[in-house]
Amino acid sequence: MCLGVPGKIIEIDDSKALKMAKVDFGGIVREACIEYVPEANVGDYTVIHVGFAISLLSEEEAQASLETLREIVDLEDELGIGYDGKSADL
Amino acid sequence: MKYVAEYRDAELVRGVIDEIASTVTRDWTLMEICGGQTHAIVRHGIDQLLPDEIELVHGPGCPVCVTPLEQIDRALAIAAKPDIIFCSYGDMLRVPGSSDDLFSIRAAGGDVRVVYSPLDAVNIAKDNPDKEVVFFAIGFETTAPANVMSVLSAQMMGLKNYSIIVSHVRVPPALHVILGSPHNRVQGFLLAGHVCAVMGYWEYPEIAKQYGVPMAITGFEPLDIVQGILANVKQLEAGRVDIENSYPRAVTFDGNKPAQKTIEKVFRECDRKWRGIGTIPMSGWELRPEFDAFNAEKRFDVGDIKTEESSLCIAGEILQGLKKPNDCPAFGRECIPENPLGATMVSTEGACAAYYRYGRNLSTD
Repeated sequence: MCLGVPGKIIEIDDSKALKMAKVDFGGIVREACIEYVPEANVGDYTVIHVGFAISLLSEEEAQASLETLREIVDLEDELGIGYDGKSADL
Repeated sequence: MKYVAEYRDAELVRGVIDEIASTVTRDWTLMEICGGQTHAIVRHGIDQLLPDEIELVHGPGCPVCVTPLEQIDRALAIAAKPDIIFCSYGDMLRVPGSSDDLFSIRAAGGDVRVVYSPLDAVNIAKDNPDKEVVFFAIGFETTAPANVMSVLSAQMMGLKNYSIIVSHVRVPPALHVILGSPHNRVQGFLLAGHVCAVMGYWEYPEIAKQYGVPMAITGFEPLDIVQGILANVKQLEAGRVDIENSYPRAVTFDGNKPAQKTIEKVFRECDRKWRGIGTIPMSGWELRPEFDAFNAEKRFDVGDIKTEESSLCIAGEILQGLKKPNDCPAFGRECIPENPLGATMVSTEGACAAYYRYGRNLSTD
């Protein structure tokens, strides 16, 4: 129930009592209520929970944290301080 | 898929796990609050990839698991009445009440329907004016925005045949119970990312400070989870107690203000019983009295509810991180997903269901 799914807003419908949008989840399109993210635009990515957008995803923050993690991992490699982890299917 | 694939990059995940391993010097016990994270951890084998020093215990963040038996029995009694269309999130259908579940009500001729969103239930009410439509509004802070909007939407549409049974709970009061217990082992928390997407994380610094426990707001993909673990381990090793936001692409300090305002308009805080844990003061939400017309508990008298819980089930201790599913003598024997003794074996967010599904059905060692 708490697993929100990220999707891309592809169409916004202002004509009804609640602001609705068509959201594309990697090819599957569903309708969702975007009343709680009034600033949403077509093309934005959002997390959808039980039919409601609860948050817009920040591309900037996403890139920044991925970059930080890549730096940590690169530094690990350079210093050769790895850990021989057990295998699992990631 | 954007915002999914890059967070499942196995090489990057292993790199972060290497960093955890080279940071850790002592044993630490961390809890992920959210059952969705429990499933992700077990599904991707993150618990088995971590260095032995890190133990993950599983938290109470499984909405159907903590919905109290009284409320389930009350829902079942309402669902069994004639001329009712009973709507619920799918996870709830197999959750055992004292003697029945929603599936058995449906098998006996009740009109029980699974909806994806509470707005679907409102539309069913609009399309069936001669029936009463009742929605089982359960969940943590994540489903609250949807559930309250269903009430406002029904009100705007002038519907007289839509009502909800509310059984809402909130994370912060549960943290006080876990951390205040003399048996507590949890030294750091992975906070539930989507609860924080709605509520922000302004409620947590005080709790972290009070108990001296670091926390990291954590997302749901493997890379998010190991990032949250790393944030905890770094703080613990350095003796720091902070709230770190390891899920900044979706969560801000303030959270979603329009959603918080709408929740506040429709719900008020109340004492709430948690299944297996007991009553936690001011840990829940209920409908404000001005929304009595939409309160199924006020509209349908079901008499006294006498509950009966399985004596074998240890879900309460599992939900507080005191025990693991495979510590339970009934796990995988009397209690299996097809015949669950407790809700934790049913839900896609239940720890027992995760352990059973992904083969952690051997001993803890």
